[in-house]
Parts: sequence; structure tokens; C-alpha cells
Amino acid sequence: MSAAKTTQGTPGAAPGDTSRPAPLLPGRGNRSRTRWELLALLIPGLIGLLLAFILPVLAMFRMSLNEHGTAGALVETISIASYQAVLSDPFYWQVIWNTLVMGFGCALAAVVLSYPLALFLVRTTSKWKGVLIALAIAPLLTSAVARTFGWIAILGDQGMINSVLLALGVVETPLRMNNNMFGSTVALVEILMPYSILAMISGFGRLNPALEEAAGSLGASKFKVFTKVTLPLTLPGIFTGFLLVFVLAISAFVTPRLMGGGRVFILATEIYNEATQTLNWPLASALAMILLVVFGLFILLYQRAVKRIDQG
Amino acid sequence: MLKVLHRAMIVAIYLFLLAPIIVVFFISFNSSNRLALAFEPPSLQWYANLLSNQGFIEGARVSFITASITAIVVLLIGVPVSLAVARYRFKFKGAVEALFISPLVVPSVVLGLGLLLVFQPIGLTGTFAGIVIAHTGITIPYVIRTTLMSLTTADVSCEEAAKVLGANSWTTFRRITLPIIFPGLIAGAVMAFIISFDEAVISLFIAGSGRVTLPVEMFRYLQYRSDPEIAALSVVLILISVIIVLVVERAMGLRKVMNG
Repeated sequence: MSAAKTTQGTPGAAPGDTSRPAPLLPGRGNRSRTRWELLALLIPGLIGLLLAFILPVLAMFRMSLNEHGTAGALVETISIASYQAVLSDPFYWQVIWNTLVMGFGCALAAVVLSYPLALFLVRTTSKWKGVLIALAIAPLLTSAVARTFGWIAILGDQGMINSVLLALGVVETPLRMNNNMFGSTVALVEILMPYSILAMISGFGRLNPALEEAAGSLGASKFKVFTKVTLPLTLPGIFTGFLLVFVLAISAFVTPRLMGGGRVFILATEIYNEATQTLNWPLASALAMILLVVFGLFILLYQRAVKRIDQG
Repeated sequence: MLKVLHRAMIVAIYLFLLAPIIVVFFISFNSSNRLALAFEPPSLQWYANLLSNQGFIEGARVSFITASITAIVVLLIGVPVSLAVARYRFKFKGAVEALFISPLVVPSVVLGLGLLLVFQPIGLTGTFAGIVIAHTGITIPYVIRTTLMSLTTADVSCEEAAKVLGANSWTTFRRITLPIIFPGLIAGAVMAFIISFDEAVISLFIAGSGRVTLPVEMFRYLQYRSDPEIAALSVVLILISVIIVLVVERAMGLRKVMNG
């Protein structure tokens, strides 16, 4: 190895040869060695990705084409029976509908709540700005299971809100805010809000206080400044924040499962049930493929939106 | 008036965002097993209970080991890939980069199911190796991103100088590039550790009846009961991630100071 180095060397390092400019990394002179280096750099990563990502996704696609035998045995075949089973069953249409409604509800609520906060964080001149931004996105760093537990403690039958309402005599029986779609949605909104706040902060780049001031000094009312200047300029950020929360919500599992108490039926919880309880792997895989396609479509939409913002 | 309303709204949104963390904090000091805010003398009994909960201790051990190994593995395979993308010219570079980022655009439930299908027949469910492989896939995009960021913002003139002076690629990397991008590597490794340590969904799919990480143990516990013990554990976990982030921020901040 070292012999090869001294005989071939890097071309720019040849003694006495000062006229040639230093080559760009790596040396252009020994193509074959560069190729080996490149392969050595990429192969461990590619093997890791193959094992941890590519094979599992392919195995899942293949599994979705198998059939679930009547005795519960797996039948190796190529058929679309599992997809037909899903798409011909009103229950699964309901599941897909629930998933989309929950995603839409979460995204809408997260955007409505994140928008004033993101605007405030972009505009504030407080010396605590860094701390305020950190506080808004800090929940990202805490375990989703821990935060979901926090919501169980707030919304549960013996939780904070209910114990206060019961003690004050406002209600006789605990309000049902847990083990249903409402609880799942509230907790998911809070858990996903940091993402929409971040998306909005980075999407509000075109918002320039000078434009708002100009509109104000030209006689526009506060309301008019907001609808004619602020809102249109921040619309792209709102849009990307919405899409981001939507895709994260339709694929969320831990929060809907724990807050739903087994009574919220969405794609993610059904995939888990079919995979680990019913052990109908072809059906679980078909559901997962459907989720993957819906997820992928909205991710594409999201990436295009972000790209358009970046291009101004 | 309008200003006061606006202030109140911002405070309310912050309260909503931080509500679960605040509530968990107070509940963890309850002396009864009620989940509501109890006006009782604070007690540390739930923290003491944690120390005798074998499930949580074993889960924490598994999580710590797998997250550490994952962070190391993902650095060892991710940094070379970033180096190839940032410093070499080759066909399909964009495609290779996109491929390594793509685990981010697949939902955890989908990936968890796929990993279960691959692991079950070869007996990898519920093993250290299985958890590490699974977590390598989801953390590699983060390590590649942070490393690429360090590599593309680093000044390449030192690397060129080393090459001109006859250093081979390995020496150049070890003596020049590595020290320059080191803070980025640490940031990537810490991120990989935190993501792996907190990851619940994929671990749940591949847990089987074998080894279980802490988030999976918490998830299973919460499915049957919820008491302040989980709150105490959550507070401990939140404190750990805050400390890690502060330490890294401090280290990165110091670097900025040193670079002027």
C-alpha cells in the first residue's frame, strides 16, 4: 500500500512540477484506486441500509401478495386477495376514513395553534427569543410515550380535568375525553405541534416587517394588513406545516393506541393488530402498503411545496 | 387591550404545549397513586419504586446498550457514505444520497412490520442485534445529514494541502478532515442515541417475547395501568435528554468560541 503510494503518488505532489495546479480531491491520476476507495466508503452503508430498510420493505410488499389460509396458515402465492379483502370490507373503508379524518383534524388544529406562536417567535425582539423558540420545540426531545402519559393524566376519567369538574360538581360522571378519537387527537396535536412550528418558522422567510409597516402607514387597518399582506406571505409556511402534521398524524401509532385504549381504529393500529394479534401478515402488509402509498403521496406534495418556498 | 389578548393567547398556547410535561412533573411527587394534581405532601416514593421495578431497569439497560451500539454503528457506516457524497465524483450521487435519506419517508409502523417479517424467520426478534439493525436504518439519515453539513461547510484547502504534500486519503481523513468535522459527528451520534433510546414503534413490532427496550416496557405498562410511577420515570427520561442536549450545546458553543 505504501509502495503504491510512493510510486504513483498524487500527481500534483510530483516534485519540481509546480506548474500544474493542485488537483481537486481526490487525485484524478489514479482512477482505479479512487474507485476502490469509493466502493469501500459506500459498501458498509449500503449493506446496513439493505438489511435495515430495503429488505424489510420488499419483504412486506411480497407478503402483501400472499394469502392467509383458512386454517390461519400462510399461503405463498401471488395474488391480490389481501387488497381485495381490505377494499371490499366496509370496516377497512371506515378505518381509512378515520385515519384521514384524524390526520386532517390534527393538522388543522396544529396549524391554527402554531400560527400565532410561529408569527410571534419570528417577530419578537425579546432577548429571550432563543429560550422561547427552544421551549416551543423542546417537547420534541421528550419521549412520545411520556408525553402521551401526560395526556392520559390530564384527560383520563380520574385525570386532572375530570377530578376538578367532579369536585366542583359541574359534572356528575367523568367526561369521556380518553379512550376515544377526541383524546387521541388532542394529544397528537400537542405532540406534533413542534413540527408545524418549525416548518412555519422556516417557511415565513418572505415575511418582511417593512411590508407590513408600509401597508399600515398607507392607511390599511390592522385587519387589512393581516389579510392582504401577512396572510398571503405566510401561506406557504402554513401549507407545509399542515402537510407535515398530516403525514405524521396518519402514521402515528403510540399515541392513538394508548389514548384510544383500543377503541380508535386507524390504519396504524389495525396494522399492529393484524401483525401481532391476529397474525394475518398478508392483510397487515396490504394495509401497510396502502398507508405507505397515502403517506408517500402527501410527502411528495410536501417536498414540492418546500422546494417552491426555497426558490422564493 | 388587543395586546393583552395577544399575550394571553401566546401564553395559553405555550401552556398547551408544555401541559403534559408540567403535569407529569407534579404527579411524580404525589404520595397517593392518584393521577390528578393532589394537594398532598410531596413524596419521592414513586422514584424509589422505580429502583425496584425490574422491568424498567432491564428495559433501561437494553435501551442504553442498543442505543450506544446503534450510535457507534451508524457513525461507522454513515460517515464514510457522507464522505463519498461530499468529496468524490460518481454517477447516481443524487440517487445514493436520496436512498440513504429515504428511511425518513417511510412510517415507523410500516418499517416495523417489514422488519418483523424479515426478523421472525431468522430468530432476530427480541434480540440486541435485531434492535440495533432496526435502529441503524432509522438513524442513518440523521447522521448522514449532520456529517454532510459539516463536510460541505468545512474549508477543503487544508485537505488539498495535505494531499499535495503526499498524504494518502486515509491519512488526510484521520489528520485533517476528522478533527474538523468532529463536532458534527458528535452531534449526529447524540441524535442517533436519543432517537434510538426513545424509539417505541419499531421496537414494539420486533420485540416478540424477547428483550424489550424501555419505551416498549413503558408502552406495555401503560396499556394496563397508569400510576405516578410512569410519571417519575418520564421525569427522569426528560431530565436525561435535557442534560444531553445542554452538554452538546455547550460543547458546540465552545467550538464556536474557539473558532472566533
